[in-house]
Amino acid sequence: MTDIAANIPVVDFDPFSDAFLTDPYDYHRRMRDAGPVVHIPKYGILAVARHAEVHGVLNDWQTFISSAGVGLANFRTEKPFRPPSLILEADPPQHTRSRTVLGRILSPKTVQQIRAQFQEVAEALIDRLLEQGTIDGVKELGEAYPLKVFPDAVGLTEDGRENLLAYGDMVFNAFGPRNQLLINAAKRVEPLTDWIMTNCQRQNLRPGGFGDQIYQAVETGELTETEAPMLVRSFLSAGVDTTVNGIGNALWCLANHPDQWDKLHANPALARQAFEESLRFEAAVQTFFRTAGRDCELAGVPIRSDTKMLTFLASANRDPRQWQNPDVFDIERRATGHMTFGSGLHGCVGQVVARLEGELILSTLARRVRRIEPLGPPTRRLNNTLRALASLPLKLHAA
Amino acid sequence: MPEVHLIQPGGLRVTLDVPVGTSIMQAAVSAGVAGILAECGGSCMCATCHVYAEEAALARLPPVQPAEHEMLACTADERRPNSRLSCQVKMTDDLAGLSFTLPEIQ
Ligand code: FES
Repeated sequence: MTDIAANIPVVDFDPFSDAFLTDPYDYHRRMRDAGPVVHIPKYGILAVARHAEVHGVLNDWQTFISSAGVGLANFRTEKPFRPPSLILEADPPQHTRSRTVLGRILSPKTVQQIRAQFQEVAEALIDRLLEQGTIDGVKELGEAYPLKVFPDAVGLTEDGRENLLAYGDMVFNAFGPRNQLLINAAKRVEPLTDWIMTNCQRQNLRPGGFGDQIYQAVETGELTETEAPMLVRSFLSAGVDTTVNGIGNALWCLANHPDQWDKLHANPALARQAFEESLRFEAAVQTFFRTAGRDCELAGVPIRSDTKMLTFLASANRDPRQWQNPDVFDIERRATGHMTFGSGLHGCVGQVVARLEGELILSTLARRVRRIEPLGPPTRRLNNTLRALASLPLKLHAA
Repeated sequence: MPEVHLIQPGGLRVTLDVPVGTSIMQAAVSAGVAGILAECGGSCMCATCHVYAEEAALARLPPVQPAEHEMLACTADERRPNSRLSCQVKMTDDLAGLSFTLPEIQ
């Protein structure tokens, strides 16, 4: 823990407490109003909650490094709980190697190729749910869809895919402190670790899938034998629980804002924009850390080397310094520039695939469903990093 | 503040004042220019901020980095030798007065 300058505004709450994670928005506002950089003594960290500084930190990768971990732990002084990710928890040149390959595999070109398949699955799933009428929007749609299409595209076996949910939940909890959420998540994952590692091996991945394409990069000399399974692991940890919540949160936003649903139903071409707005409004990924790699200054505040910096992506998304009426959910808004996928060099490498999934679910619903009726309040699944729902009871009314 | 011109496919010309250090994409999005989608917000990951640079600009623009090169293979409209991603072009005084043409589709 570094010693932090005295004159930085202090916020005395715990951003990983149940109260904060359940309803973060008022805390976000208080942090933004306290100053461009705030001090959270409980963890001996600094935090940024305004759009300008969140964007600034994420785009200055030379100063605010990722290789010391993007969670609370500082890998320069503490041992990481798993071997660090070669893309998320890396700086150039390692990051560049990984990023070049993953970026190519998950490119807009790929999206054109997988689109028809992803669309077909969305339609079949939603038709089935419409017959059923009453659904759990989280389990039966938010989870079911990404758990089918993404592992299919990666080339993963059918058996045990639900393990990816527990694995993702643990990985994203592990960016926070060692609190009860993390302890419980780690316990759930322990028996699944072998399954994860086994399924990162080439012989268990369908030839031609995203996973196999990583191994092809070993053949061309772009990656090493040891890097390949590690990068497949990145698909498995980051590719499912994020979109699960992106879709779940979008459903919740639309069920909760019938006027916005009506607009989407009247014009399904708004689906992509509507998904973007729900990413801004209810950010599936709420926070990430960086570490000051050297003594520096941000918004006039001196920052010592090795200070952990918490960036509140979800707060940047609702900063009135950046957005008009930030607390209004408006699917016709241009939500570009939200921080849910991060920004800059480390911006989510799977974002075009995530957008594809969100768009297809929303456009298919928009065409087939007249009204989404919430049947009671959702239950939350608290996670140190993700904004997640455990269940969302809905009734779908056919168009 | 130095200016650049964005020319819509139909010929309509928009002139933007771009602070030095701001990307052409950011300036276009802030000004609400139609035809620059910039879905990824400048992370060089969506190829929806594609522009065609004028001949005179080519030598003055920053060189295409590998990430931009890869992403330029994914543009919706035809990739030409003067294709650039506007999120990767940061304003400098040297770029003042240059024009970029927007593609038909992003
Ligand atoms: S804004 Fe996405 S590539 Fe430029």
